[in-house]
Amino acid sequence: MSHTTQDGGVAVSAIPSPDEGPTAAQLAAAYGLAVSGARPSLAEYVRQLWGRRHFILAFSQAKLTAQYSQAKLGQLWQVATPLLNAGVYYFIFGVILHASRGLSQDVYIPFLVTGVFVFTFTQSSIMSGVRAISGNLGLVRALHFPRASLPISFSLQQLQQLLFSMIVMFVVAIGFGSGPSLSWLLIVPVLVLQFLFNTGLALIVARLGAKTPDLAQLMPFVLRTWMYTSGVMFSISKMMEGRSELAVRLLQVNPAAVYMDLMRYALIDGYGASNLPPHVWAIALFWAVVVFAGGFVFFWKAEERYGRG
Amino acid sequence: MAEQPHDLATGARRPTVIADDLHIVYRVNGARSGRDGATAALSRIVRRGSGDEARGVRRVQAVRGVSFVAHRGEAIGLIGSNGSGKSTLLRAVAGLLPAERGKVYTDGQPSLLGVNAALMNDLTGERNVILGGLAMGMSREQIKERYQEIVDFSGINEKGDFITLPMRTYSSGMAARLRFSIAAAKDHDVLMIDEALATGDRGFQKRSEDRIRELRKQAGTVFLVSHNNKSIRDTCDRVLWLERGELRMDGPTDEVLREYEKFTGK
Repeated sequence: MSHTTQDGGVAVSAIPSPDEGPTAAQLAAAYGLAVSGARPSLAEYVRQLWGRRHFILAFSQAKLTAQYSQAKLGQLWQVATPLLNAGVYYFIFGVILHASRGLSQDVYIPFLVTGVFVFTFTQSSIMSGVRAISGNLGLVRALHFPRASLPISFSLQQLQQLLFSMIVMFVVAIGFGSGPSLSWLLIVPVLVLQFLFNTGLALIVARLGAKTPDLAQLMPFVLRTWMYTSGVMFSISKMMEGRSELAVRLLQVNPAAVYMDLMRYALIDGYGASNLPPHVWAIALFWAVVVFAGGFVFFWKAEERYGRG
Repeated sequence: MAEQPHDLATGARRPTVIADDLHIVYRVNGARSGRDGATAALSRIVRRGSGDEARGVRRVQAVRGVSFVAHRGEAIGLIGSNGSGKSTLLRAVAGLLPAERGKVYTDGQPSLLGVNAALMNDLTGERNVILGGLAMGMSREQIKERYQEIVDFSGINEKGDFITLPMRTYSSGMAARLRFSIAAAKDHDVLMIDEALATGDRGFQKRSEDRIRELRKQAGTVFLVSHNNKSIRDTCDRVLWLERGELRMDGPTDEVLREYEKFTGK
């Protein structure tokens, strides 16, 4: 049992005698042991996270595939689900409620479909973010990885979900006379910015949800309120005609409204720049950077505490 | 309280894990004894108080003040009755469960043997091998290299091409074999093995015991949680005995097991 390892002899001088009773910390320091489960520095954390990029991507794809693996139509549901969603919203808001006010039918339907998909992207990123830690405690308590992998992975899953929905969006847009044009290229920066924004929010709610799982019960109500004030089914500028400029602008700088309107502007021919608030790209960039950076640091600050029961 | 490990002074050996007065507490929501209806929950919220108890959170002290030093080359068994805190202690040493009080110092990153939590039943065995490997921190190249080895070891494909079927279609034995094969594919610095991992039929049990022995040789320090005194005796040279979260005894395997068997009345 008392075999001597080669490296054992090197540090002999550092070993205190038993009478002095070295504290655990002294002993640990003498042999270069580190505190288990301590939070790494922010730079080190980013490096670790980058090292886990393959896991983050694979995990998001696995979640996406697993969703429909039992269905007979299988992965076809990735496209069918958003299509049915768009149909339901069209039936309620387009046919029954006539929410199109001020927009022609050719614009309103792609307008509505785009709005629903883009908002759903943010909505489901937040909902899965709330449960990212609290719903995966088994994983958190079994394996080592930077915990931010989970909320980021879930946001990435929603991004891939949105890419499937985009197929429906393109078909609807073309069907209502907005052919592919150069402005469609703007979709890419919009997606990138919205993804950053969503991930930041997911990181924030993931930390909150890890401490207070009740948030998962509360979130749907917050999100529904947000949806109805963000102009998913109606155009803010048309709906608020005659109201004060300030009120309209306040509604328009709402990040959800910004990303939706930018996406519509990029996609739909009849939806011109007049529907966008001034400095819209700057606002979109501001929300993305501030929320992502803030959310990342906020999440990292509690890294060593995730997994506590 | 147990004595400090007897060999602090020998100096010939290098510590790899130091636990210093470790306390682990689980907080359980909605598990307070007595009334547990909605009104009770409401009244608890209304009743102001900063303590956990006042907010209806029950604290379960799973590990209380455990200290020990483990050295390179040691194989340490953890014994104790159900719920004595063995698995919790392992998780805390691995840095997966934050400590309430006290600290754990480790050399490198201790890892638990097991990937069950990362695998998804709806995915094929093939994708689970990749996902599990990535979750354990292996690179894509490492997984590609070991893929065939993992599949062969699990023996999943002995009865046909099962690796391309979703894991939910596997029998429980097959699934357990694949899980073990994935988990055992990685080499570890400080390895922690929790209970009966070697499942499946007789042949597979034999294979996995051999594999654990191999892993133990590569790992610097091994912790083994088991209720099987024989496997502890076979593999460990030192045993920690936990009871109610406290370290009751720490010493050479024979000594501790003798006391433990007396205690359990065997």
